[in-house]
Amino acid sequence: MSSPTPGFAREGGAPLGAPLGTPTKITQGSQTKGGIGESTLRPDGTLKVTGEFAYSSDMWHEDMLWGHILRSTVAHAEIVSIDTSEALATPGVHAVMTYDDLPAEVRKYGLEIRDTPVLAHGKVRHHGEPVAIVAADHPETARRAAAKIKVEYRELPVITDEASATAPDATLIHQARDDNHFGHVPHPNIVHRQPIIRGDVSAARERADVVVRGEYTFGMQDQAFLGPESGLAVPDEDGGVHLYIATQWLHADLRQIAPVLGLPESKVRMTLSGVGGAFGGREDLSMQIHACLLALRTGKPVKIVYNRFESFFGHVHRHPAKLSYEHGATRDGRLTHITCRIVLDGGAYASTTAAVVGNAASLSVGPYVVDDVDIEAIGLYTNNPPCGAMRGFGAVQACFAYEAQMDKVAKELGMDPVEFRQLNAMEQGTVMPTGQPVDSPAPVAELLRRVKAMPMPPERQWESSEGADVRQLPGGLSNTTHGEGVVRGVGYAVGIKNVGFSEGFDDYSTARVRMEVVGGEPVATVHTAMAEVGQGGVTVHAQIARTELGVAQVTIHPANTQVGSAGSTSASRQTYVTGGAVRNSCELVREKVLEIGRRRFGSYHPAWATAELLLEGGKVVTDGGEVLADLADVLEDEAVEVEAEWRHRPTEPFDLRTGQGFGHVQYSFAAHRAVVEVDTELGLVKVIELACAQDVGKALNPLSVIGQIQGGTTQGLGMAVMEEIIVDPKTAKVKNPSFTDYLIPTILDTPTIPVDVLELADDHAPYGLRGVGEAPTLSSTPAVLAAIRNATGLELNRTPVRPEHLTGT
Amino acid sequence: MRVSFTVNGRPQEADDVWEGESLLYVLRERLGLPGAKNACEQGECGSCTVRLDGVPVCSCLVAAGQVEGREVVTVEGLAEYAKQRSCGTGARGTSLDEAKQWAAKGQDSHTGEGTELSPVQQAFIDAGAVQCGFCTPGLLVAADEMLERNPNPTDADIREALSGNLCRCTGYEKIMDAVRLAAARQGEAV
Amino acid sequence: MDFLRPASWQEALAAKAEHPTAVPIAGGTDVMVEINFDHRRPEYLLDLNRVADLYDWEVGEESVRLGASVPYSAIMEHLRAELPGLALASHTVASPQIRNRGGVGGNLGTASPAGDAHPALLAAGAEVEVESVRGSRLIPIDAFYTGVKRNALAADELIRAVHIKKADGPQQYSKVGTRNAMVIAVCAFGLALHPSSRTVRTGIGSAAPTPVRAKTAEEFLNAALEEGGFWDNGKIITPSVAKQFADLCAAACNPIDDVRGTASYRRHAVGVMARRTLTWTWQSYRGTDGTAHQKGSVA
Repeated sequence: MSSPTPGFAREGGAPLGAPLGTPTKITQGSQTKGGIGESTLRPDGTLKVTGEFAYSSDMWHEDMLWGHILRSTVAHAEIVSIDTSEALATPGVHAVMTYDDLPAEVRKYGLEIRDTPVLAHGKVRHHGEPVAIVAADHPETARRAAAKIKVEYRELPVITDEASATAPDATLIHQARDDNHFGHVPHPNIVHRQPIIRGDVSAARERADVVVRGEYTFGMQDQAFLGPESGLAVPDEDGGVHLYIATQWLHADLRQIAPVLGLPESKVRMTLSGVGGAFGGREDLSMQIHACLLALRTGKPVKIVYNRFESFFGHVHRHPAKLSYEHGATRDGRLTHITCRIVLDGGAYASTTAAVVGNAASLSVGPYVVDDVDIEAIGLYTNNPPCGAMRGFGAVQACFAYEAQMDKVAKELGMDPVEFRQLNAMEQGTVMPTGQPVDSPAPVAELLRRVKAMPMPPERQWESSEGADVRQLPGGLSNTTHGEGVVRGVGYAVGIKNVGFSEGFDDYSTARVRMEVVGGEPVATVHTAMAEVGQGGVTVHAQIARTELGVAQVTIHPANTQVGSAGSTSASRQTYVTGGAVRNSCELVREKVLEIGRRRFGSYHPAWATAELLLEGGKVVTDGGEVLADLADVLEDEAVEVEAEWRHRPTEPFDLRTGQGFGHVQYSFAAHRAVVEVDTELGLVKVIELACAQDVGKALNPLSVIGQIQGGTTQGLGMAVMEEIIVDPKTAKVKNPSFTDYLIPTILDTPTIPVDVLELADDHAPYGLRGVGEAPTLSSTPAVLAAIRNATGLELNRTPVRPEHLTGT
Repeated sequence: MRVSFTVNGRPQEADDVWEGESLLYVLRERLGLPGAKNACEQGECGSCTVRLDGVPVCSCLVAAGQVEGREVVTVEGLAEYAKQRSCGTGARGTSLDEAKQWAAKGQDSHTGEGTELSPVQQAFIDAGAVQCGFCTPGLLVAADEMLERNPNPTDADIREALSGNLCRCTGYEKIMDAVRLAAARQGEAV
Repeated sequence: MDFLRPASWQEALAAKAEHPTAVPIAGGTDVMVEINFDHRRPEYLLDLNRVADLYDWEVGEESVRLGASVPYSAIMEHLRAELPGLALASHTVASPQIRNRGGVGGNLGTASPAGDAHPALLAAGAEVEVESVRGSRLIPIDAFYTGVKRNALAADELIRAVHIKKADGPQQYSKVGTRNAMVIAVCAFGLALHPSSRTVRTGIGSAAPTPVRAKTAEEFLNAALEEGGFWDNGKIITPSVAKQFADLCAAACNPIDDVRGTASYRRHAVGVMARRTLTWTWQSYRGTDGTAHQKGSVA
């Protein structure tokens, strides 16, 4: 069996070639156990394995009611009338609310653009839009009452693609837009447009020996977090409300919720409940406002829990995309130019579409050196389901297309696809198409080299003395092949993702750190509003506090809005930004503690004034290792507490005409090698192995880092071979809102995922770390696609690949 | 209607149960046992897995009325269930302590330290098989039952036994590690 | 909604007679999904879990009498020799948890064209034992499926058991899904060789409004095997015969496009499965079964 404590960088991993960067050096806290760099275990692990960890759907309150949402059955329609009388008369029903019952002037919300009605007003713009809400004493009572609400719709033609959205006579999805993108878009049904122009593509095309074009389609992926949207709203005595909720960003929710309730933010208290995964799907609001409205209306606690069907309508999805690319290269394998046009379908409401457009455009050429580019990305308003954040955020769609293009060019040139990528790989100092230089290690070629150097999985693993083990074959337990038609293929891909919020966003986090002596031991308490969604931020915060304060005991305070914002648990940013804030606050606490020490003990030992002082093992020590005092003696009954905001370096918006600008904080890179076996006759795929190499700058918790890489890799695998929300182009209705027909990988679909981790410090980031969570989701999908192409010889310009595509049926 | 049955060895009774309610709903909302999770309610994710008369089932697809007089084990009772089993089969019963020693890494203060865990629960923590944790209870019940039947599973056996339990966070690798670890510790303990 | 809990088969029949709209629930793996997703609100749920003999099976001379509620996991574990096709089909059902609860009675009651057991029952040859207070009758499996999610049961009847012919030769079962486990059939195919009668039977799932046999394909193959003396000489079936059999099986489909697959893919896949399962069963019949059977733990 394999080792339970994972070898970090793989044993016998390929040695580094030329020096690419240096690892982070830690002084303070290096002697303290459980600090950064160790695979400490989750503080919530015990509660999670015993079933005691309280997720948002587990909340319960005496006398609570159940909320239920009535959703539109059509995608685009005028609402002629709504009759709630029968629902209201149902025994057990405490409230029924529609748009007309909303308490405040503000009746819309939105992360970037406030365009989403809390309840539909006169019109519905997508299938499943909330129309009315009900509170009752049992979920079944609420469902039955909702079914009695009569809504008369007058259906309107649906807009489902670029052609129908931008037709001269197209119905406008939103009238009278006043958002900050409206001024520069070519059509009101375009949320945002970001061109990037650099160099001279026409001249570069002249230099090209080969020019390769491709049209690509990326399907609509769902985050499919397992814990459905849910929460409990409890009315407070002062007329406010307390919301226990699973979200990715408490303060962004608060900012959107309070105005709609007609309450000041101080009267809306929010506490993070257990979050059953997120992956971007909890960035936008779902049931938050509805639960609060019903609680305030009825004066009783109201719980709402979506079932899986509702969940598919209750959150935004990953933008489906159409991508057109042209790559040029010289005979010796140098890219001359890239042009691309990326059309992202944002659906009925903006959500984060504008930022996704910015990401897709700025990362559209991949981690390669190319001086001459002509790039355009747009995001549409349509009547399709709203799309927004999902792990990889605009970079995923582009990576699928540019990596397919890189393989095509390599093939055209007769070059090895990995060597061709390495030849064009960016490195530290490369200038992005946006004009931004990459100013930290960018070991793209090295990651490819490492992933290629990993040993290949053995052939024909399904063969055993007892015959074919179908569990190891395409089709699995369905017993479709005993080896017939099965062909192996290998494919590679690499990607680039930005870390943190970009384009001038004031992306900060707040941390409150307290140190005091409890029972003779120094204890640190870390309080942030960071949403722990499973990623392990709580583990890392405790590690940082141990390292920075030299203590063994760290308490993680529950996340709530009683402390400043920690920003979003997204964009691979939490370890960087909230981790940075925790470190910063710890440093401030440390200074204060040393100040107290100097005041109290300075006269006893000259080192207090002259030496560099560290906190280690609950003591104040000199950098030479001499113990000056116990922290318990320094602090006595004094508590030191600091709450401070921390920011990463600023970014700036991309120029709206040229796309130039210092738009991103940091980049992260991962490479994959996929080995697949395809039943070419039935078009079924078994991924045999999906190896990954990633640079993480500094792994604060190696076990968690590997978990992130393997999890992200698997979501990319799902996108390659099975995951897609299917929307009927004629009606814009979702056809598969269930786990029966929206399939995510099972453990039998998921291969071994060997991981090789590089740690090359980014000097701009805390501890040199690099955001980890998203990069592995990028290159996983194109690597699997490349492997399937390698096995079948098919072109395959869309993902996910379905058996129909592999069998030409 | 009223439903009476045994949960984790204790008799339980639920009143005013709506006839369409599932065992999952009764456990979570009426008996205060939210460990079994409500991720899909259509038998396609395994998060609600419990043992019904010893057999792993999706509790979302068992009508509440069907459990009248029967025995249910949920994740909340898993540690006790595993302990009884290990006593019953004459194992020397120290596996748990050994398992815990293995985990002696930086733990935090408020985390339920001292809670007695079954070997598979401890292995999930130790191997990093828990991220968001929503799939964890169902996986633990399924994995524990598999190890009871098949103490030395191959990787393919583990994958087959857990193929009804979706996880969206981990990519399953750490779950494989955890089950292998639990099997190995179980083997050492006997 | 009322929850009826008969303690015996006779009580169950009486309850069904009194409440013909009552929806029987055994494993619950279909009914509870419909209730949880608000697709169905029956007036009565008729719980069959306490009717113990529905969980029993008897292996007779000619056939196995399989209680309607015998879970798929038990079929996999205990009836692999007698009912190899159904055991293989059982192994493809959903997940271990579902296989522990669901049984063939539920598949027949729901009569979804995607039910995993149907092709195996059609290929093996079976009769459905149904009963009401009026009496008991056996419905041949070929006459059981009457439309999309419709069957030959009268309103007061319940499914008690299925009488499935014991295998007298090799049987195989394949199902295409877009995931390697826990997946609903895009389409499925069952094949049984019956050397004692020198016939071949087939079953197709999810590729027509009801589960169907590919009768023209069976007739073609029966004739070709007879003509070539294959049953006696044990020769390898020629590729052209296998291909024509596969084409005729594909032609027996009447599939639709839906989110799980296109009609043309379903036809194609049924053809491939027909050819492969014919190859596997015939190799097994000839005793040159080098590629063996499905591996995997049971129950």
